[in-house]
Amino acid sequence: MEKQKNYKIKTDLVTNLVINITIILFTAIVFYALYFVVIASISDPDKTAAGEVLLLPKGVSFKPYWYIFRDKRIVSGYANSIFYTFFGTLLSLFITIPAAYALSRQDFVGRKVIMRLMLFTMYFGGGLIPTYMVIDSLNLVNTRAILVILGSFSVYNLILARTFFQTNIPLELQEAAEIDGCSVTRFFFSIALPLSKSIIAIMTLYYAVARWNSFFDALIYISSASKYPLQLILRDILIQGQNLQADVTDPDAFYEMQRISRTIRYGVIIVSSLPVLIIYPFVQKHFVKGVMIGSVKG
Amino acid sequence: MDNASAKNVPAANAKKELRALKWRQYKKNIRKTWVLYLFVLPALIYMLLFNYLPMYGVQIAFRDYKATQGIIGSKWVGFKHFKTFFESYQFGQLIKNTLALSFYSLIAGFPFPVIYALFLTYLDSNRLRRSSQMITYAPHFISTVVYVGMITLFLGREGVVNNLIAKLGASPVPFMGKGEWFRHIYVWSGILKSTGWNSIMYISVLATVPPELHEAAIVDGANKRQRMLYIDLPTLLPTMIILLILNTGQLLNVGFEKAFLLQNSVNLDYSEIISTYVYKIGILSSQFSYSAAIGLFNNVINFAVILFVNKMAAKYSEISLW
Repeated sequence: MEKQKNYKIKTDLVTNLVINITIILFTAIVFYALYFVVIASISDPDKTAAGEVLLLPKGVSFKPYWYIFRDKRIVSGYANSIFYTFFGTLLSLFITIPAAYALSRQDFVGRKVIMRLMLFTMYFGGGLIPTYMVIDSLNLVNTRAILVILGSFSVYNLILARTFFQTNIPLELQEAAEIDGCSVTRFFFSIALPLSKSIIAIMTLYYAVARWNSFFDALIYISSASKYPLQLILRDILIQGQNLQADVTDPDAFYEMQRISRTIRYGVIIVSSLPVLIIYPFVQKHFVKGVMIGSVKG
Repeated sequence: MDNASAKNVPAANAKKELRALKWRQYKKNIRKTWVLYLFVLPALIYMLLFNYLPMYGVQIAFRDYKATQGIIGSKWVGFKHFKTFFESYQFGQLIKNTLALSFYSLIAGFPFPVIYALFLTYLDSNRLRRSSQMITYAPHFISTVVYVGMITLFLGREGVVNNLIAKLGASPVPFMGKGEWFRHIYVWSGILKSTGWNSIMYISVLATVPPELHEAAIVDGANKRQRMLYIDLPTLLPTMIILLILNTGQLLNVGFEKAFLLQNSVNLDYSEIISTYVYKIGILSSQFSYSAAIGLFNNVINFAVILFVNKMAAKYSEISLW
């Protein structure tokens, strides 16, 4: 496709120039924003503030990271977020994949009604307070359980998975299996699921990233600091400008920590985004594929 | 007996038989696939608990909810809370802020993914295309908390943006210190974050354009600009309309997180929107009924907008959500 489009025509000169400059400029801005966080996190804060750190780090020191990893809240927030993300994603898959498969089958009586019920929740809801009251009456406020449960079902993801099943599990396969006496359950587990590894990967990534980044549910439902996920602690440090609570008794070290508090904030950004940044280059194509599946049915 | 009713008898019979046949097919299917009800059960339980039970509980918007009396036991007050809200001095400002933020985002943000997708497909260098995509998709995965943290660091008095402005010889801009800046910061930072990711949908649609169309256009002497405008743009139009509908449907649902996190004492006149207000009234000051009423008002209007926009789209372009 690309080759045919790129026949060189003289009048394309200006168009090409505009296209290339726009793309490069836009990409450079986004890249620089991310790159600057990295160099600012290892530079001397005074030099950063004075505008000396623009392209390369100045006064390089990895001290901020030393303090960050000694902050009890960040460590506990990290552990909590890993816990919520792991079990939350597991629960999400358990809820979404079988339901999506069931709803993809033409011979499932009632699929249209169930689908309508689900679509309706995308456009209308009870709102924050009524939801809070339901969760309160279930005695789930300020429990770890609620952060695992909430967000474990997204209608949008269900539609994505359902579309995948509809287009990738041929009806003939199902009919042939039925003739051979294969039950619905067995067909799902030994034929449909092995053919659906890519959608399971996509669902895992979507749910896991959403979970790792989620902030709202913890803000509303969690009050004890020991259960805070990372994002809530990040908010205290990044946005409310709280200092680290690292285990330092030495007054000099304490003073230094204050001095580099701004640098520490850049470092915190890196540390918290690390898991996503590490896996991102390897799984980018799965994410993109997810959007493409979604676009088939609008 | 007259002829008409005699003719109708077989027709009615056929209809009955058809219904019976359908019914038998249903029963057969249910017997065969009953286990699928177990497959959807967890999803249904989740929906019941966290989507439909709250819709039942929304009646507290019409009551004076007291925890000791329960939902049903609390006194019925009709539209009292709605009236209080409409008459409160915050009402006008909340609506204005919410709509301003959403319309601004919608209109300013809409063209960029389309342009980016179009330009990417006409890029000569495959390497540039791939690295550009890799970089511009990345911000999508940054959490709102971290992103707002970056915004406040970058736009602060000694932030990198003001340092760059100083390098260019201009005087610093008090981005975070002036409420007027709030909307621009909110919208344009959103555009930087999501243009790449939102373009994927368009890129995948562009891949469906048959190459013959472009070949024919080239033979006819069309240049890139013309092919973009007359072949690719029309292909993207249906997707653009669908996305516009979806986005318009979210007009009053401006994301809570970003506005809430960007909020400070200086920009409150611009950054207080319905969802942040619902949070403050409901969760922070525990006025459950009043807060539920504001939330319900928001959701009902929103739902009406979706229905309306969808109807218009169906009428004028044969494209709709359902």
